[in-house]
Amino acid sequence: MAKHEVTMTINGQSVTAEVDSRLLLVHFIRENLELTGTHIGCDTSNCGACTILLNGQSIKSCTYLTVRADGADITTIEGLAPEGTNHPLQQAFHDQHGLHCGFCTPGMILRSVDLLKNNPNPTEKEIRWGISGNLCRCTGYNNIVKSVQQAAKEMAKEKETSV
Amino acid sequence: MFKCKTSAEVGGMGHSVKRKEDARFLHGKGNYVDDYKLPGQLHMVMVRSPYAYAKIKNINKEKALAIDGVLAVITGEDLAQYNLHWMPTLLSDTQMVLPTDTVMHQSQEVCAVIATDRYVAVDGAEAVEVDYEPMQAIVDPFKALDDDAPLLRPDKEGQEDNQIYHWERGDRAKTDEVIAKADVVVKERIYLPRIHVASIETCGCNASYDKDTQKLTVYLTTQAPHAIRTVVALVAGHVGLSEEKIRIISPDIGGGFGGKVPVYPAYVVAIAATFLIGKPVKWIEDRSENLVNGFARDYHMDCELAATKDGKIQAFKVSTLADHGYTDSSANPSKYPTGMFSICTGSYDYEHAFAELDAVYTNKAPGGVAYRCSFRVTEAVHAIERMVDKLAAEIDKDPALLRFENFIKKDQFPYESPLGWSYDSGDYKATLEKAMEMIGYDDYKKEQAEKRAQGKLMGIGICTFTEVVGAGPSKDFDILGIAMFDSAEIRVHPTGKALARFGTKSQGQGHETTYAQILAEELGIPYTDIEIDEGDTDTAPYGLGTYASRSTPTAGAAAAIAARKLRDKGKKIAAHLLEVSEEDIEWEVGKYSVKGAPEKSKTIQDVAFAAYTNIPPGMEPGFEATHYYDPPNLTFPNGAYICVVEVEEETGAIDVKRFVAIDDCGNIINPMIVEGQVHGGLTQGIAPAMYEGIEYDDEGNVLNGTLMDYLVPTAVESPHWETGHTITPSPHHPLGAKGVAESPTVGAPPAIANAIIDALAPLGIKHLDIPITPAKVWEAIQAHK
Repeated sequence: MAKHEVTMTINGQSVTAEVDSRLLLVHFIRENLELTGTHIGCDTSNCGACTILLNGQSIKSCTYLTVRADGADITTIEGLAPEGTNHPLQQAFHDQHGLHCGFCTPGMILRSVDLLKNNPNPTEKEIRWGISGNLCRCTGYNNIVKSVQQAAKEMAKEKETSV
Repeated sequence: MFKCKTSAEVGGMGHSVKRKEDARFLHGKGNYVDDYKLPGQLHMVMVRSPYAYAKIKNINKEKALAIDGVLAVITGEDLAQYNLHWMPTLLSDTQMVLPTDTVMHQSQEVCAVIATDRYVAVDGAEAVEVDYEPMQAIVDPFKALDDDAPLLRPDKEGQEDNQIYHWERGDRAKTDEVIAKADVVVKERIYLPRIHVASIETCGCNASYDKDTQKLTVYLTTQAPHAIRTVVALVAGHVGLSEEKIRIISPDIGGGFGGKVPVYPAYVVAIAATFLIGKPVKWIEDRSENLVNGFARDYHMDCELAATKDGKIQAFKVSTLADHGYTDSSANPSKYPTGMFSICTGSYDYEHAFAELDAVYTNKAPGGVAYRCSFRVTEAVHAIERMVDKLAAEIDKDPALLRFENFIKKDQFPYESPLGWSYDSGDYKATLEKAMEMIGYDDYKKEQAEKRAQGKLMGIGICTFTEVVGAGPSKDFDILGIAMFDSAEIRVHPTGKALARFGTKSQGQGHETTYAQILAEELGIPYTDIEIDEGDTDTAPYGLGTYASRSTPTAGAAAAIAARKLRDKGKKIAAHLLEVSEEDIEWEVGKYSVKGAPEKSKTIQDVAFAAYTNIPPGMEPGFEATHYYDPPNLTFPNGAYICVVEVEEETGAIDVKRFVAIDDCGNIINPMIVEGQVHGGLTQGIAPAMYEGIEYDDEGNVLNGTLMDYLVPTAVESPHWETGHTITPSPHHPLGAKGVAESPTVGAPPAIANAIIDALAPLGIKHLDIPITPAKVWEAIQAHK
């Protein structure tokens, strides 16, 4: 198996490693870097449990080769907010009971980060479509929608105060 | 409504306090089975059968073993040397761990490849050469009973055909007689299709055997760690695995829903592998393995409901054919092979009923898991609730009115049902009235009449269900002989903080919060000061686990009673501290005070400190209590759900416009969590009603074994749920609680089916089996043109 040297930034830290051609990014993150907050729920890019941010865009890391991420800037759930603090989406999922078992939660939150970046004030319908690449089997989605709505409001306020 | 006795800071029952367990999940610090990497970690991948029914002529391991990093290929022959190639199922049937000669369903485990790396293990599995001789599979359960059907289980002594068992309950002769004489009889064959729980975390284990200490530790996706420990000891005792040397750890679980109750063959292979190799062996199921193995439902129910011409229900009869696949691995209490199916008489007052069931073998995966349902309650409720609507349509009566006229009345509880249950409590009329008011039933009826006049298809569907949850009582309920009680152990530390452990295991239900709230309610210690621990058999007290909505009815009750034991001890300590007699002490939440002199008081924290520092003479030191709770009866949560849909005649597209769910789960511990559980269950209810069903072709191939084509609802398919409550406390539960999380999965499918069929009624369509997809609706519309 051919080896390739890759360098990328993960949660603000530069990482260089030698990896097999076929190593999936999700396994690189989980096994090599031991960041186990990124989960695996399917093999077909359907469930979204493996969602991360790659150069600010949400992607499903279970169908992304590690070599392809060479040079990328990656954020996983562990790096979304400084230790001991919550990103507005993490706070909102807690406040609105937007999680039960927690397995889909990291992917759901990172997908929502991207959603709110592109659409800071989404309607309920836009939120539902926006997270439709991420499956949750526990919550019935009502409270996830409410969580994204709360975070949207909070982030709008933060933006106002920072201007 | 329920009145809180505690302040929001203490956070006892009735407070929507935020969940204590959230922080680790929100920051990616949850610990699921696949997150554990142990020193020397090996990985296991299963080779699975492409055929539904085939002889295995040869397994060639050589090419696999030649791959660098592949350490072993384990076959059924290998396990047979240790007599570990078969295992008992939870219903005392037998299941292959690995086959020695025949595979019985597509995707059955054929052999296991152990390697140093997950990718290499997959390479190894690809390189194993298996020579099969395919045979004609039995896929249709009705054909399994044909005289010329091949005998699928010749390995079972005395097995002469493919019937597993016949079960019946009730008075057949009397029920037939009433049906024969009735003014109106409606009949239907209702099929509840084979579905999968599809938790987002699949199943898996990480088994580690230390040859020096002879200790086996297994990190396992299990809802019932203690029961699994005992099963492992019973099954593998002969090779030297002794129960005190077995530790099952159920860490964070990414959704269970019943699918993580059974013992799957790969768990046993991983345990055998680590036992032989002495290094930890991890097996994590992939999604296709998950969806194709293990299932729920698969009941074909012939129903007959008899009534007077005015719609007074007189008798219900249901004859069921159950497809169990090649072994009966239903996760049911042993005396209840059909689970609680006999709750099928529903929320209605009538005398005569008869239910029978024939279970058969086919060449399909085994399972029969209680998918978010207290053992076959979903099937039972679907049968009666569809038939009540069918009766309403037959006699042209409003289905709400028909229900009101037949409900068991509030003053009839405890109510003895025709098939032998003693319903504990309920106010069905009030619950349905609340649902009708919340959705605006009368307005929708008017709108429907107007729309029908314009040729538009609009439907309103009701379901008024009664569940039966919270097993045991232990005299009737056991799993493989182990009585279905549950447990709580409380340790209050000298500083007044506490640790409590339970025999159950949360999979997202929020036990770390709700159990702490129960203890806060009973002791007055703030819920934030109480740590909750479950899932490790080396530390938690013995219990039967979390499924069948049993945690609150059993372990929740155990928590309350253990806390009350502490309160009694605390009273003696308080009397000692306040220098009065015990009779002079009174309790209000969190505080003991002297009767008539409330300024003289000691807090629960003072008392806990004294239990370690200033112990009354002759008293046992410490402030700890344990209780094993054996419930006197089951609990009977109930609810009224109403759904409004519109159907597009040209395309068959179904639009769920509104869905209101009113649940009566007795007293509520945390309203936020209860509402969240109801939301989730409703989405798992719309899933089989409109989207999900495992499909097979004539050869027994699964046609939708990935999430690409097995349609788990997304946020788009899931409607905005509207919820509410009525409260009739359970009279026999110490907290008046009943359990809730399965009600919506049980109640939603018939409400949705009834709504869609009601929408199609003007076209002459009287029944459709779920999942009711647009394609199915479109075909029905074409057939009725």
